[in-house]
Amino acid sequence: MKYLDEYRDAKIAHGLAAEIRRRSTKPWVLMEICGGQTHTLVRYGIDDLLGNSVELVHGPGCPVCVTPLEMIDRAIALARRPEVTLLSYGDMLRVPGSGSDLFHAKAEGGEVRVVYSPTDAVQLARTRPDRKVVFFAIGFETTAPAHAMAVLQAAKLGLKNFSLLVSHVLVPPAIRVLLASPKNRVEGFIAPGHVCTVVGCQEYQELVKEFHVPIVVGGFEPVDLLEAINMLVAQLEEGRVGMENQYTRSVQYQGNQPAREAVARVFEISDRKWRGIGSIPLSGLRLKQEFAAFDAERIFDLAEVRAEEPSECISAEVLLGHKKPTDCPAFGARCSPEKPLGAPMVSTEGACAAYYQYRRHVAAV
Amino acid sequence: MPLTISTDATSPQSDAVRKEDKKDPGAFSCPVPLPAGERVLLGHGSGGKLSVELLNDVFLPALGNPVLDRMEDQAVVSVNGARLAISTDSFVVKPLFFRGGNIGSLAVHGTMNDLAMGGAKPLWMSVAFILEEGLPIDMLRRIVSSMRDAAADAGVQIVAGDTKVVERGGADGVFINTTGIGRVREGIFLSANQAKPGDAILVSGTLGDHGIAILAEREGLQFETQVTSDSAALHTLVDALLQGTRKIRCMRDPTRGGLSSTLNEIAASSRVGMELEETAIPVREEVRGACEMLGLDPLYVANEGKLVAIVAASAAQDALHALQSHPLGKDARIIGRVTAEHAKMVVMRTPFGTTRIVDMLAGDQLPRIC
Repeated sequence: MKYLDEYRDAKIAHGLAAEIRRRSTKPWVLMEICGGQTHTLVRYGIDDLLGNSVELVHGPGCPVCVTPLEMIDRAIALARRPEVTLLSYGDMLRVPGSGSDLFHAKAEGGEVRVVYSPTDAVQLARTRPDRKVVFFAIGFETTAPAHAMAVLQAAKLGLKNFSLLVSHVLVPPAIRVLLASPKNRVEGFIAPGHVCTVVGCQEYQELVKEFHVPIVVGGFEPVDLLEAINMLVAQLEEGRVGMENQYTRSVQYQGNQPAREAVARVFEISDRKWRGIGSIPLSGLRLKQEFAAFDAERIFDLAEVRAEEPSECISAEVLLGHKKPTDCPAFGARCSPEKPLGAPMVSTEGACAAYYQYRRHVAAV
Repeated sequence: MPLTISTDATSPQSDAVRKEDKKDPGAFSCPVPLPAGERVLLGHGSGGKLSVELLNDVFLPALGNPVLDRMEDQAVVSVNGARLAISTDSFVVKPLFFRGGNIGSLAVHGTMNDLAMGGAKPLWMSVAFILEEGLPIDMLRRIVSSMRDAAADAGVQIVAGDTKVVERGGADGVFINTTGIGRVREGIFLSANQAKPGDAILVSGTLGDHGIAILAEREGLQFETQVTSDSAALHTLVDALLQGTRKIRCMRDPTRGGLSSTLNEIAASSRVGMELEETAIPVREEVRGACEMLGLDPLYVANEGKLVAIVAASAAQDALHALQSHPLGKDARIIGRVTAEHAKMVVMRTPFGTTRIVDMLAGDQLPRIC
């Protein structure tokens, strides 16, 4: 398959891995931000290829994982209302809130459906004027443009029965928290290629300047990631610090201008809580007042829900790269994808779930 | 000897609709019983860990007996010295019509295949229809005529039937339940508990065709090349395989839950490990493309016209040639081997020489957000 096979080529991958091993004089601690990147690294066993030349720690970029418990509880509360049809991306359905999940809400009679695109939700609202259609709009900068477009479409169509339950987070504020932490060990970052495809590279350039840390915007296939790691190791070994772009086939410095404009038109920056990490100032998006008519939290009376993570869960330390999933005593025993204790175990893009799904045989042997 | 009837039951589920919940009952048993007040979820019909939980917690404690407890694709009972294979299956596929077949042909193929996987020659079938009020008779006629054609092609007679009609909303168009009866060939004893370290693992062709065809149809997804379901009766392929070699430990059709669920079941039942070669696993380009786009893994996608065979290492090449000599097996491959290491786990060697687990999913595979 074009644009895939060449980026999964074993010969190229082995060549890059050998170069990284040769170049590296110490085990540099590198973090990939995005859950999709974590998934690839663990699925292909990239860490095994690199030996001790780098230590890969996994970042907070799994949108499903970091959606706070309260938001999931709100989605469930909405799904239980007889007049509401709740639409969601597929992998949110089995993510437990504080008591239940959307699959159970569905089994109890709630109308819950999976859609592939928020514009499908607009379409449904149009054809089902008898239903209050709510789309559970989660994600990073990548999904925001499509959510913004859905709102603009609904506004244009004059829909009165369409709204978003927004739980949007932004990557740079989380990196900032991580870098400012006295416990930080990360010496270089692989920035999330798809986020940068939308927003461009400028914010990452600023992080490089502010924290004097190398950042390489990377793709999602094994060769992409090895190339990005190689670029980071080269910078670190040569004592350079800069922002570089490995994922040039998708990312332009300015990002995607129309997508950014749509997001800026509909959303504004707000504080957000991250599951497993806590509240981060100005780390998310909410709908502007002008679009309040499409904001499920303002339309429906959603009682304030407070929920606490189980105390045994070390997800904050995993999400911030201080610890590996396998450092957790609950890993694989009291915590598994079927019964997750915390954020990184709930979606396959979470670091704990990726380790559980693909790598626990290594520990078992 | 009294006739022992073996059935297995599942909840209807949105996808490819199969029963075959036949695992080592203890293999994935959940240490905690289902909580009080728990309800049936769609995932309980997925063929994954939730299905196993339901079997172990609800069905087997109430209905278990030595035949049922074997948890194969088919029950084998003896009647006056003849070994009969019995299988039952329910079909709730949506949409009713798809590229490569419809619920009628699928019901016949699925039932035949469960018998064929036990080394049986399919002979008779019963068919029960649950019809939703308002279903166009023309649609039912098309479904039934597909059943007739599929049964005639397979040399099987439909000898008993039943019809029930439920109010609009009480079913989704048509649900079909079947029972199949066949005769097990002389000298053939196949079971998922017979895999041994060193055995070869074969598949008869490309994976994921049925599941992706159904998904594309249901969700209105358009791809450059449309995928056609592989729905087919496999008993003649089984004939060809058995002519090639008798050193077969077990056969399964990797339907709901895909290859990964089937291999995890066999590994658990035989208490062995398995190691697959990722590059050897045949997947059509268009299926790969669709899976990439949707964030799905073809190893978990349903097939309706493929078989997996665990074969003694010495007979692996004979088995491969036998499969490849048949039109339904022309893309057959040896995809891995049975190991003594990491018992009850299926591990895959990636193109990079690293390894990863191929786990059984909890419920249905869900498309990822990004």
